Amino acid sequence: MGQFILRRTGVMIVTALCLTFIVFFLTNLYPNLEKLAKTQGNFRMSDEAVTSYLDSNGYLQPLTVKYGQWLGVLPGWTKTNDEGAVTGRCLTGAVSPAEAEDAATYCGIIQGDWGFSTVFKDEVSTIVGTRLALTGKLMFWVLMLMIPSALLIGVMAGMREGSVLDRSLSTVSIITTATPEYVSGVIFIAVFASSAAGLKWFKGTATGAMENATFENFFLPVLTIALYGMGYIARMTRASMTEVMTAQYIRTARLKGVSFGNIVVKHALRNALIAPFTVIMLQFPWLLNGVVIVETLFNYKGFGWTLVQAAGNNDIELLLGVSVVSVIVVLVTQLISDIGYVYLNPRIRIS
Amino acid sequence: MEPLTGFEIFTRILVQFLPVWISLAVLFGLSITYKRKLGLYGKLFDSVIGMIGFALVMFWVFTGIYGAMDLIITHDPLAQLSGMKNKGPGTPLRSPKEGQYEWYLLGGDNLARDVFSRMVSGAWIVVQIAPLATLFAFMVGITLGLPAGYYGGRLDTLLSFLANLILAFPVILLFYLLVTPEIVATGLPQYMAVVLFIFPLVFFGVLINSRFRTQPKKNRTWLIVVLLPLFLIYMSVVNEAGSKIGFWPLDFFDVPGGILVVFVSVVFVNSPTVFRIVRGLAMDIKTRDYVAAAQTRGEGPWYIMLWEILPNARGPLIVDFCLRIGYTTILLGTLGFFGLGLPPESPDWGSTINEGRRLLLLYLHPALPPAFALLSLVLGLNLLADGLREESLKD
Repeated sequence: MGQFILRRTGVMIVTALCLTFIVFFLTNLYPNLEKLAKTQGNFRMSDEAVTSYLDSNGYLQPLTVKYGQWLGVLPGWTKTNDEGAVTGRCLTGAVSPAEAEDAATYCGIIQGDWGFSTVFKDEVSTIVGTRLALTGKLMFWVLMLMIPSALLIGVMAGMREGSVLDRSLSTVSIITTATPEYVSGVIFIAVFASSAAGLKWFKGTATGAMENATFENFFLPVLTIALYGMGYIARMTRASMTEVMTAQYIRTARLKGVSFGNIVVKHALRNALIAPFTVIMLQFPWLLNGVVIVETLFNYKGFGWTLVQAAGNNDIELLLGVSVVSVIVVLVTQLISDIGYVYLNPRIRIS
Repeated sequence: MEPLTGFEIFTRILVQFLPVWISLAVLFGLSITYKRKLGLYGKLFDSVIGMIGFALVMFWVFTGIYGAMDLIITHDPLAQLSGMKNKGPGTPLRSPKEGQYEWYLLGGDNLARDVFSRMVSGAWIVVQIAPLATLFAFMVGITLGLPAGYYGGRLDTLLSFLANLILAFPVILLFYLLVTPEIVATGLPQYMAVVLFIFPLVFFGVLINSRFRTQPKKNRTWLIVVLLPLFLIYMSVVNEAGSKIGFWPLDFFDVPGGILVVFVSVVFVNSPTVFRIVRGLAMDIKTRDYVAAAQTRGEGPWYIMLWEILPNARGPLIVDFCLRIGYTTILLGTLGFFGLGLPPESPDWGSTINEGRRLLLLYLHPALPPAFALLSLVLGLNLLADGLREESLKD
């Protein structure tokens, strides 16, 4: 078990390095840098001015060197300009050579230096931290709504295969998997929030929910994300439940005269919930997608909204920070799902 | 002129869709009559769910095709008529010209374009891109997944690692990294197209060669007949005068703005999942007796993979193909929703939903038709997959 976790963690770190390198490569392609120079300087910059701006800010070094510096395993670049002042990756503005001596040599994401956002005019680490907290709140309620209802639907559909209850619940879960967030969100806003339909039960934006989340302004975004993932988990639970319900030991229990409710709760559920557990963890990348769509749709300024802003405005450092966090979230949940599957499943654990 | 009532709008829309109804009736009539002779496709008509799904899918396929032939749409999807901005469903035109349809059946959007016509022409974009992109993803996934599952070992480790790498990317982040104008300017999507679009050629080449290896004459004829047109299409798609790749003189057609980029990114996102499915199936099937029999006969590995394993994996693959077209439709909508790839005036459903949502609290009619259209198509594909799965399990 220990060796298994160690090997998986190793693979995870290699994957994370590859992925961040790909993102780094794509965001640091020359047209992106040129755009950055023009937004930082002025839009009518000549090509020479762009080159000199990029050169003086260390953007024209070889890609691998830049990546190493960004990661914090290579010393940050420094340059001495004509007046003798020193600029560098780890320095803010131009400083005297003596001050430059005292500054840190390594400053990448490993050292906690995530860079500076050109759009929000703030440290990337601060932005990512606050936005992640907001999205965490959203995700918490999504999971609180999605997991119990998905498991309930799945178990109820799976305990008597082919019954009317099974048919209708399965249809519901097919419909929810066929409805992407941008469709269900639009329909929900149209029905429950717009003045045109006249119900106005909920608010159409969740901007107010960032400080003060109430049922009125927070329920629609939560429901929209939860619904898309719910159908899939419910179908997985149903499949695993029907499989368990045909097992020999369930038949034995029935022949012994155990009541149906007891069979479901005490005998079947434990084994039926192994598969959905893995699926729930693997849903995280999808949930991340849903978060981006729903935060854009409901104007909830969380992590997904930040991703869209960073990508849309060519905010390279922020986009890199956001990518690192999302890649790590995805990989860690995959790891937990793998370990959890082995841990929960006695057949694999013992062999 | 008076605006139309709800009932009139409904009947007029039904009438507009008349060619679709006729085609559906003919298709279903023929299929149900001959269903015993049509194999798995015929068996689909034994399951109610499968039939509903198939009807929904074919409705949109016919709508797309007839819409492109100018049969269903009432107005030019890009034309802006004065006085129709944000007007509700059934509003008559202010000054209809001779021969012009006199109403906006589902109202006008915020640029005074006809919502109904835009929804119908949006279907054509989906019907063109989604099945083809899924097919390409399957070619890539099958060509790489079969050897990974059959040989195992280092090759498998490497390919699986690469597939997991792509799968660990949040899809939207990947889209934002690949589809922005700056990246398109570097030609990166075109280079990816060069790599991804070669897979169908490789697939068919190996497929034919492994089968007719022992009959060189037949082999040569088949290879030329299949690969030459494919090669010409490949070169025409990949090359575009004035872009990074433009060396090929026989450039028959150019893929219209943004579609190539969208296509490439959708194939790229889909193929690792297909790879994983095919790999799993190949690992399962290679232990069967008929594979051992083929090995004993001395068949080559590619013959075994493509002519023994692949046909026996068709059931799950067909089901997944349906589901994946639905997923591709959702991805296309996502791209449109974020305004990536396709030009902003494009009538695809994602873009129209995105435009409509901005005024959603005041006007419902521009956003809802494309939303329901997308929902019904994806639902149809899901039901179709469910019906196919049920019927293929019955044997």
